[in-house]
Amino acid sequence: MADTAEMKVSDEVAIHIENMNKWYGSFHVLRDIDLTVYKGERIVIAGPSGSGKSTLIRCINALEEHQQGKIEVDGTLLSSDIKNIDKVRSEVGMVFQHFNLFPHLTILENCTLAPIWVRKTPKREAEQTAMHFLEKVKIPEQADKYPGQLSGGQQQRVAIARSLCMKPRIMLFDEPTSALDPEMIKEVLDTMVSLAEEGMTMLCVTHEMGFARQVANRVIFMDQGQIVEQNEPEEFFNNPKSERTKLFLSQILGH
Amino acid sequence: MSDMHQHSVAYVRETMLPEAPPPAREQGIIKWMRENLFANVPNSILTIASIVVIYYILAASLPWLLNGIWNAESIRDCREILQGAAGGCFAVLTERWNQLLFGFQYPDDQYWRPLIAFLLLFVAIAPVMFFKYIPSQFLLFTALYPFLAYWLIWGGLILAPIVALVGFVVGYFVWGRLVQRSFATGFFGAVAAAVIVWWIGGLITAGMDPEQAMLVPVASRDMGGFMLNLILGTVCVSLSIPIGIALALGRQSSMPIIKWICVVFIEFIRGVPLITLLFVANVVLAYFFPPGTNFDLIIRVIIMITAFASAYIAEVIRGGLAALPTGQYEAADSLGLDYAQAMRLIILPQALKISIPGIVNVAVGLFKDTTLVSVISMFDLVGMIRGPILASTEWNGVYWELFGFAALLFFVVCYGISQYSQWLERELTTDHK
Repeated sequence: MADTAEMKVSDEVAIHIENMNKWYGSFHVLRDIDLTVYKGERIVIAGPSGSGKSTLIRCINALEEHQQGKIEVDGTLLSSDIKNIDKVRSEVGMVFQHFNLFPHLTILENCTLAPIWVRKTPKREAEQTAMHFLEKVKIPEQADKYPGQLSGGQQQRVAIARSLCMKPRIMLFDEPTSALDPEMIKEVLDTMVSLAEEGMTMLCVTHEMGFARQVANRVIFMDQGQIVEQNEPEEFFNNPKSERTKLFLSQILGH
Repeated sequence: MSDMHQHSVAYVRETMLPEAPPPAREQGIIKWMRENLFANVPNSILTIASIVVIYYILAASLPWLLNGIWNAESIRDCREILQGAAGGCFAVLTERWNQLLFGFQYPDDQYWRPLIAFLLLFVAIAPVMFFKYIPSQFLLFTALYPFLAYWLIWGGLILAPIVALVGFVVGYFVWGRLVQRSFATGFFGAVAAAVIVWWIGGLITAGMDPEQAMLVPVASRDMGGFMLNLILGTVCVSLSIPIGIALALGRQSSMPIIKWICVVFIEFIRGVPLITLLFVANVVLAYFFPPGTNFDLIIRVIIMITAFASAYIAEVIRGGLAALPTGQYEAADSLGLDYAQAMRLIILPQALKISIPGIVNVAVGLFKDTTLVSVISMFDLVGMIRGPILASTEWNGVYWELFGFAALLFFVVCYGISQYSQWLERELTTDHK
């Protein structure tokens, strides 16, 4: 395993995971996960399906409960204390594979809901922030439409804007482009690239290896609930160390 | 005519043809009839058969309706006037109009009170029904309406509904203060505060003479007619929807005690016929109260019907909750919304929208089921017809007219509810418009 200390972008720790284990019933999904993420890092998590990569990032904002070990996000320890969980969630943005926009609210309301109710931001201000981020993801003209009236790529960009409106310090992406048509993948990836360029701490579960090469400063490869290999993208793709990684890369890059 | 060059391939039109109307069989009513009524042989046979059936129904019922007698003293009068011809004896409706609407014991000089309450009902429910178009400030009147309506219909001291209202307001403020600490402290604190207010208020009102009141008090046993159905229907529907929501959420709760209380309640109530519950309300419940307590029959019936309807509504809403993708819960969680916010802002608006047809189904059924109270000797619309009116010597035997009238009243209300719900569903659609 490569030394993570070499790759850090800043000295400040954003996420610290130590000895974390998780089971679904008797199935051991995550085994002895140790991971430290520094502020400003862009990490891509890859691996075959069922390897636990989505479960790992869903543990970071406590959408999934871990049974052993500790997870510290931005200095807050994730425990069963609901106040800590809500605090972490309001600092960590998440983008889902299936967007999960709220279909009964307009795009603008989707973006202002959490700032108004969780952060207690005044409505006017929340709307200004929302429009700012909608402009950033290049769909301000859709603000008054409903999610059902937008294309998949547009919906995913709204989902990113919705997360950004909470001014999160960390963004989690759970296969953000897997449910999209090929021509829409690029518009979402472009948004993510510009986010990375601004120095956002990002953890992405994705199969977009081009994105990993371009943006990531670290690639983590997982298999069977364990971190098998992690390295800088150049090293990871050109010179993989473990047999499992080589096999995986040959399968996804082979054609 | 254009000049055709017969033997050449090249062709040039020199005059344009004028626009001609389509043939008669291809337009207007003839086209419509040909396509919809006489498209082919079986279709034509069915059309003719339907026309015959409609003719016989109208031939039998129209004379009865049009020839009806609206002014007579009794069924014998009707028969004399009709002299054997077909015709309904609608005079019973005009002669017993007030009894059908208000029951036979409500003081006649006070009929204006339930009438005003009825008219204000529309003002009160409009902000709820048309929440997109009516500013939310009008909900204040909706909140005050139950107390106002109680005072109008039952009369008596105005202090009684005011004390009830003050109890709720005090409870609400206590809730607002304590809920930050924990949900349970807020809830029980609010209940305790309200009970204290009601108890003190009860002591004060007990010392006053109800005969001095601005409005003559009318006892619950004097309520009757369609008014009773409307009271029971409105109160029970508006109580059972929030209780149903709470039960549905409770059934999904991760706290085992709450979950099991809700499951047992829902399954027990659903497993028992409503009529049994009404008998319990009427007879059995009295054994559970200390002797001498006079627990109002209407309140007992309201409790039972509400319990019954809320169990059904809870199941309908549970279906709506189950139909929501888990992604909606996760998205709400991931934004840091707490449980109450996630439910109120994200989950329930969507789950309730899905549940509208089911809820309306229960509400319409409940409203019609209010006629079951006639079985426990309350004189609602059906109770009035079966009891005082049909049993009287004047109108003994006027079945069709009376029950037809009851059916018509219920149909108007239920059809209205159904139309409203369809409108609401369209209104809440947010997909491609």
